[in-house]
Amino acid sequence: MKRQREESFWRTLAVRIPYAWLLAFFLVPFLIVLKMSLSQTTIAQPPYTPVLDLAAGWQGIEAFFAALSFDNYVLLGSDPLYLLSYLKSVEIAAFSTLILLVIGYPIAYAIARTPRRWQAVLVVLTVLPFWTSLLIRIYAWMNILERDGPLNQVLVALRIVSEPPVWLATDTATYIGIVYSYLPFMVLPLYATLEKMDETLLEAAADLGCRRWRAFWRVTFPLSASGVLAGTLLCFIPIVGEFVIPDLLGGSQSPMIGQTIWTEFFGNKDWPAASAVAVVLVCLLVTPILVYQHQAMRLARRD
Amino acid sequence: MRKVSAFNIVALTLGIAFLYLPIAVLVVYSFNASRLVAVWGGWSTRWYAALVDDAPLIDSALISIRLALVAASAATLLGTLAALALTRFGRFHGRLLFAGMIYAPLVMPEVITGLSLLLLFVAVAADRGFWTVAIAHTTMAMCFVTVIVQSRLVDFDRSLEEAAMDLGASPFHTFVAVTLPLILPAIAAGWMLAFALSLDDLVIASFTTGPGATTLPIRIYSEVRLGVKPEMNAVCSIMVAVVGVAVIAASLLAKLTGGAGASRRPNVDR
Repeated sequence: MKRQREESFWRTLAVRIPYAWLLAFFLVPFLIVLKMSLSQTTIAQPPYTPVLDLAAGWQGIEAFFAALSFDNYVLLGSDPLYLLSYLKSVEIAAFSTLILLVIGYPIAYAIARTPRRWQAVLVVLTVLPFWTSLLIRIYAWMNILERDGPLNQVLVALRIVSEPPVWLATDTATYIGIVYSYLPFMVLPLYATLEKMDETLLEAAADLGCRRWRAFWRVTFPLSASGVLAGTLLCFIPIVGEFVIPDLLGGSQSPMIGQTIWTEFFGNKDWPAASAVAVVLVCLLVTPILVYQHQAMRLARRD
Repeated sequence: MRKVSAFNIVALTLGIAFLYLPIAVLVVYSFNASRLVAVWGGWSTRWYAALVDDAPLIDSALISIRLALVAASAATLLGTLAALALTRFGRFHGRLLFAGMIYAPLVMPEVITGLSLLLLFVAVAADRGFWTVAIAHTTMAMCFVTVIVQSRLVDFDRSLEEAAMDLGASPFHTFVAVTLPLILPAIAAGWMLAFALSLDDLVIASFTTGPGATTLPIRIYSEVRLGVKPEMNAVCSIMVAVVGVAVIAASLLAKLTGGAGASRRPNVDR
C-alpha cells in the first residue's frame, strides 16, 4: 500500500510539472494570440485594444468581449498581399519538398544499400551539418551566391555562362537554401524505411523476370511509402513557416508568410494583424497533418 | 557482402559534397586576406584577430552559451519527465492534450512560437531579457528531448524494471538504479540537441529578448542582413569547428561507453 502511494506521488509529480509548463508556455500563449487576432491596434502601451480590465469586474469582462472583432480577418481576405504571401509559401514549400524528395531518395537509397558498418558513418555525415546553425549554413550560401562569388567564378571559368547571373534575392536562391537546409529531414525517414526493407523481395521480382527499374517502382517505392510520407511532412510544414532562409537569400518583392508575420510585428508594429496571419497559418498547417494521419493509418492497416 | 553499385556511389558522393562544400567554402573564405569575396588575397588570420577586439560580439557569444546551458538543462529535465509520463504512466487525465502539446511545438513555425510567447510576456508584464528567452528556448527544446528519450524508453526491455520491483525496490529506487542508467545516453543526446537548438535560434530569441540580452544569432543576423562580412565568416567558422568537434567527440564517447547499451539488444528487429 505504501509503495503504491509512493509510486502515485512520483507519477503525479512527473506528469504535472511538464504538463503545467506546457499549459503556461504553449497553450496559454496560443490562446493569447487568438485573442490578439480579434483586437485592434492603437498607439499606446500595450499597442492594442481591448485590454482585459479585471478590476472593473463583470462589466469590464463584458466590455472586453464586446470590443473584440473579426476586422483583422476581413483585412486578410481583402488585401491581396496576404493571400499572395500564403500562396507563395505553399508554392515554395510544395516545390522544394518535391525537389527534396527527388534528391533525398537516391541518397537514402544508397545509404541503405551500403555495407552495414558504413551506414552508421554515412548517417552521421548526413546529420552533422544539421548541428551547425541554420543561420551559418544560409550565410555560407550568401558567400557562394554573391555576384562575384565562387559559384559564378566556376560557371564563367567553365564557360557554362558568359555573364555571371544574379542569384541572391531570387526565388532560386531561396530554393537552394531550403533544399540544402532540409535535406537531412528528408533523407533520415526515407533511410529508416528503406533500411528495414526485405531485399529478398527484389530477388524474387528479378527471378520472376522483372527488370530492375520496374522492380524499383513496383516493389521498393511502394514499400517506402511511409518514409516518403514522413519526410514530406517533416519538410513541408516547417518550410511553409520559414523565415530566415527567404529573408537572407530571397527577394523582397513577394515575401513568404513567415516574413509577413515578422514585418507586421517588427516593422508595422501591428500585433493584432500579425496574430491573425499566424492563426490562419496554423489552420493551414493542420490540414497536411490530418492528411498525414489519415494516410499513415491507411498504410498501417494495409500492413 | 553486398556490392555497392556505381549509381549508389555517385548518389552518395554528390550528396555528401552538396552538404559539405558550402561549409568548406565558408571556412576557406574566413582565411581570405581580402575583404571581397571576388578577390583571393592570400591566406590570413586577420579576421580572427579582429574578433578579439569586438567586445559586443564576445558579449553576445557569452550570453548565448549561458542561455544554451540553462535552456538545455531545464528542457532535458522537463522533457525527460514528459517522456516518462507518456510511456510509463498509461492513461491519465488529459493525456491526449498533453501528447498534443508535446508534438505541436515540433512542427510549429518559429515565428508563431516566438510571437505567442512574447504576447504572454507582455500580458503578464514580465521584464524581457535573458530569462524570457530562456523560458522560450526551454519550451521549444523540451519537446525534442521528449521525443528522443521516449524512443529509448519504448525500446528497452521493461522486464528489467519489473524484476527490480519484484525484488523489492521502490519505484523511485527502480528508476534511479535501472531506468535512468539505461536511458542516460538518450538524455545526453537530448541535452546536446537542446543546447544546439538554443544556440542556433534566431527567430524565437528575436521576439522574446529585451535590452541587454542580444544573443549571438541576433548579432550575426543584424550584421549579415545587408551582405557578406569577412569577420562573420570567421565567427561562423569558429562555431562550425566547435560544433564539429563536440558532435564527433560525443559520438566517439557514445561508441566507447554507450556501445554496451546499443548492443544490449542484438539486432532483434532484423
